[in-house]
Amino acid sequence: MTARTTTIVTERREGTPSRRFNWGRVTDALAPYLQVAPLTLTFAVFLLVPIVTIVVVSFWDYDSIRVIPDFILLNYEELLTSSVTWRIYLNTLKYAALTWALTLGIGFTVAYFVAFHVKSLTWQITLFMICTIPFWTSNIIRMISWIPFLGRNGILNSTLISMGVIDQPLEFLLFSDFSVVLAFVHLYVLFMVVPIFNSMMRIDRSLIEAAVDAGASGWQVLTNVIIPLSKPGIAIGSIFVVTLVMGDFITVRLMSGGQSASVGLMMANEISLLQYPAAAANAVVLLGVVLIMVALMLRIVDIRKEL
Amino acid sequence: MAKHVRRREPRSLSFYLLAAFFGLFVLFLYGPIATIVILSFQGPNGGLTFPMNGVSTHWFHNLFQQQAVGDFGGALTRSLSLGVIVMVVTVVFAVSAGLAFPRRFFGSGVIFYIAVASLIVPSILVSLGIGLMFNIMEWEPNWYSSGLGAHLTWTLPFGLLIMFAVFNRFNRAYEEAARDLGATPWQTIRFVVLPIIAPSVIGIALFGFTLSYDEFARTLMTAGSFNTLPLEIYGMTTNVTTPVLYALGSLTTAISFVVILAALGGVLFMQRRRARHGSDAA
Repeated sequence: MTARTTTIVTERREGTPSRRFNWGRVTDALAPYLQVAPLTLTFAVFLLVPIVTIVVVSFWDYDSIRVIPDFILLNYEELLTSSVTWRIYLNTLKYAALTWALTLGIGFTVAYFVAFHVKSLTWQITLFMICTIPFWTSNIIRMISWIPFLGRNGILNSTLISMGVIDQPLEFLLFSDFSVVLAFVHLYVLFMVVPIFNSMMRIDRSLIEAAVDAGASGWQVLTNVIIPLSKPGIAIGSIFVVTLVMGDFITVRLMSGGQSASVGLMMANEISLLQYPAAAANAVVLLGVVLIMVALMLRIVDIRKEL
Repeated sequence: MAKHVRRREPRSLSFYLLAAFFGLFVLFLYGPIATIVILSFQGPNGGLTFPMNGVSTHWFHNLFQQQAVGDFGGALTRSLSLGVIVMVVTVVFAVSAGLAFPRRFFGSGVIFYIAVASLIVPSILVSLGIGLMFNIMEWEPNWYSSGLGAHLTWTLPFGLLIMFAVFNRFNRAYEEAARDLGATPWQTIRFVVLPIIAPSVIGIALFGFTLSYDEFARTLMTAGSFNTLPLEIYGMTTNVTTPVLYALGSLTTAISFVVILAALGGVLFMQRRRARHGSDAA
């Protein structure tokens, strides 16, 4: 121990003044804490404290003009005993389930094609980028862009009419559950494609060759090798899609034309009426529901290992 | 090896079916946005759908006339500024934190899970929480304070996860070699680690800027008295019924595309340069 310290000291002496030696040890030990401090503080101030604030405010009272610090359970009571709440939760879960099933089906197929049927790496990267670029553009614009397509006099209706398939414009295309789910799939399918593709690219190709050599058909390779090994990606994609849909309000408001409700939209309405404690109680319940759903999905996958 | 074996086989029916599916998927992704780009060039008397009533840039001019659509110029400036601030802060904070994580310090697990939680917590909750916090503390919410914080809760986790992905594949021997050659910790980071992770840093910057530039839900209660661009666009959807909406959509999408292409170009350039200078390093 002493001998080792001495050698280090002598080594250091050659390069830097020995006075800095102790400081070097201290900063070395402190360095990781200083390095994560800005990020940690940001999360503390803008994530943890706000969530605590929401929990506290959810027990407060309010009237039509202000919120009143208090400790009452009325907000929760009103929320949980109202049949509207349950209907809206059911509706939101319906959106989440439909969007999840569709994004999983589409996302898996797309990732599978690019990962296993496209042979050159350059093409794989190019096609993958084509799939990812819309992620970095505006969600609202991507929603609005369905309007000329689905509207009463939109492209789809006029095409179908001119082809003679229908003689009245289809009304259900825009401002309906159909358009809401369509927009969800359009917006969030990328969250499914990317992690599944990532999982698939890590599958050792010799496993597939081994399966083929052992006489597996293409379908058997898919169901017995590729799908089980893609599970982490599927789980991560599912977590993203489900949580995004559960908390959404803007898509439901824009695409249903105000005719459907979701939990997020209910909260947004309460916020706009300045009923903050009611919105906060709603937020706490929503957070609980989302965390339970995520915990269930996390049983399939250890995220930290998958990066 | 696998490649060669497979390449000899003729392409199967399933390849063509899947390729067709992929083609439809790309059409699904880009078709609608292409439609509004075309429709934004409607003639002055054109409507919100086809047919095109002449071709003009009328609606783009209309966009820049103050009275037509609220404060479009101000909203655009604010969104671009906020995007740049979020980008810089995200890169600095995420890279700095990313450098710390491989050392497994006390509390690293907790911070990681907080970052993941930040992705999972619904945006409107973050918005409401920060709004309430500012309200109770009687602070004035502003796009550059509360809005900035709200956006960082969305961009920082992506930045941190990218750093994780980078360092899980990072060969620590480079750092050790630098240290053995007498580099100080700072020199190791500046001349060894940063150049290696530079393409990923560009990726983090891309996430930081674009996610902030397009963020709506988290800005809703945190922007204060001045709108950012997405809030402005949302306001327009309820009361604007002319193709000026599409012009705005095309313009902001074009800005996003310029940023994305610049970032991808930057990454490509760096990889080329590295491939060229690769032998020098070895």
